[in-house]
Amino acid sequence: MIDFANVWAITLKELRDALRNRWFIVFTIAFAVLALALSALTQNSGSLTRTVSYSRTAASLINLVMLFVPLISLTLGSANLVGDRETGALFYLLAQPVSRVEVLLGKYLGLAGALLATLTLGFGAAGAALALQGSLQDAGGYLFSVVLAYLLALAMLSLGFLMSTLARRTTAALGGALFLWLLLVFIGDLGVMGASVAMRLPIETVFTIVVVNPLQMFKIASILTIQASLDVLGPAGMYAADQFGRLLLPLLLSGLVLWIVIPLAAALSLFARQEKFVIKRSALA
Amino acid sequence: MITAKNLSKRYGRALALDNLSFSIEAGEAVALWGANGAGKTTTLRCLLGVQGFEGELRVNGIDVAQNSKAARAAIGYVPQETRFYDMPVLETLHFYARLKKASAARVGAVLEQVQLTAHQNKRVSMLSGGMKQRLALAAALLSDPPILVLDEPTANLDVQAQRDFIQTVQALNQSGKTIVFSSHRLDEVIALGSRVLVLSEGRLQLECAPPELAGKLGLHRWLRIWVAAQHKEPTLQVLNEQGYTFMPNGRSVYVQVSLGGKIAPLRSLEQARIPVEDFDLIEGEMSPLEGNHD
Repeated sequence: MIDFANVWAITLKELRDALRNRWFIVFTIAFAVLALALSALTQNSGSLTRTVSYSRTAASLINLVMLFVPLISLTLGSANLVGDRETGALFYLLAQPVSRVEVLLGKYLGLAGALLATLTLGFGAAGAALALQGSLQDAGGYLFSVVLAYLLALAMLSLGFLMSTLARRTTAALGGALFLWLLLVFIGDLGVMGASVAMRLPIETVFTIVVVNPLQMFKIASILTIQASLDVLGPAGMYAADQFGRLLLPLLLSGLVLWIVIPLAAALSLFARQEKFVIKRSALA
Repeated sequence: MITAKNLSKRYGRALALDNLSFSIEAGEAVALWGANGAGKTTTLRCLLGVQGFEGELRVNGIDVAQNSKAARAAIGYVPQETRFYDMPVLETLHFYARLKKASAARVGAVLEQVQLTAHQNKRVSMLSGGMKQRLALAAALLSDPPILVLDEPTANLDVQAQRDFIQTVQALNQSGKTIVFSSHRLDEVIALGSRVLVLSEGRLQLECAPPELAGKLGLHRWLRIWVAAQHKEPTLQVLNEQGYTFMPNGRSVYVQVSLGGKIAPLRSLEQARIPVEDFDLIEGEMSPLEGNHD
């Protein structure tokens, strides 16, 4: 039985820790400033109609999220458990009347809360700027983009936690997180494009490869949400629109939810079973 | 209160505990004694249920293998070096109080008990080693558990902090708490323990009362006394007259002493008006000259 009072106590502690974390504060401020700057720049770029201007701001925010959110979510998640294990704080926590599942859930929820607060602040600042300029054409769509960013952050955090349970050292976990970030953000995108041209992959294969990447799921879903044409995604986007029609958005949302649930469940399962994640070998006597 | 039957634990090929069986009654203060790798810490970790094991282990009537969380609720744990999260002292105790289902009022009470009230707003990283151990004891006492498990709790403390810590734990034992602790230090075992379990290679080698430990294991205490060169011969003469076993070594003399007789050779020298420049106490299984004490 999970004691949610324990989960909540650990969640609150993690939230407080995140608020004291210098890197996290820098990220929060940087994200909010960049979101505001993007909205200001795209709004002041000549004689565009308000609708086009809004779409450009939203597209810029999507790109900002795709770069920043995976980076901070993966690094925060991957350093969390293994970092506590290295300092010995995790062992002392687990020597209290708590279960491992409660500990991991509490830590995950605490970091998730901190990340979602950051996203809310960034999107909130940009949204407020858009609203003040009268350019927030589709408030519902904008809010839905925020929800998609939440889902992406949670999915990346789940992957980070899975890496944290697998890694023996914080440096290895952080290295893995950065490699995964590069893989998803750059190699995933450019690599698929290059491979599809070089190997003349069928369009359905290209689409399958694209949507396996949670970042691409987020991107396609976001572009659908701001009612832009999927033409910008090339043949794969057009194929997706043709093949799935109105089902595409629910499918992408389900995919993102699976990217949250599956790595988190794997992390919980590993963490609950294997004591090697808790006790440093050097401490065994 | 605690029963272990055929407790075994493997780390890969290494056998850390090998069919270890023992029982501890309520109110006892039981010391686990043994060299590094004897299985002391592994035994304590099994009691806490933070690692798997074979065999049967019951803590306060609870099967640890079946319900380790409930077993931990009956235990207050103080490790050799507690690694807290870096929060203020008060916030740290409130955090662990929530996990232990202890009331907020208990936080103030345990702070008072371990004399940390004046430091409650300091961050844990600002505390000395002794204060951190007192904080760990405070956290262990939050839910007023019947059992305290202490893993070499004074190993990193200075002499005064060791004394203070032992006195506090003695008082807790006298108030009815069951204490299980591991230690390398004979004086700590004698001061705190009512019984000693001697572990060797994961097995129970010997069980005895603390004062019998030195004799049964062939442990010796040696008092090393430094005197000026001109006082060396008179010193040896006095020690010989008093019937001590002793070994001259350079400017110092090693004198074998009993557990309660550490001060006696120094008094003898004082009565003979021989000034002692310095002294040290050495415990071990061998002659001090075989060890490397210089």
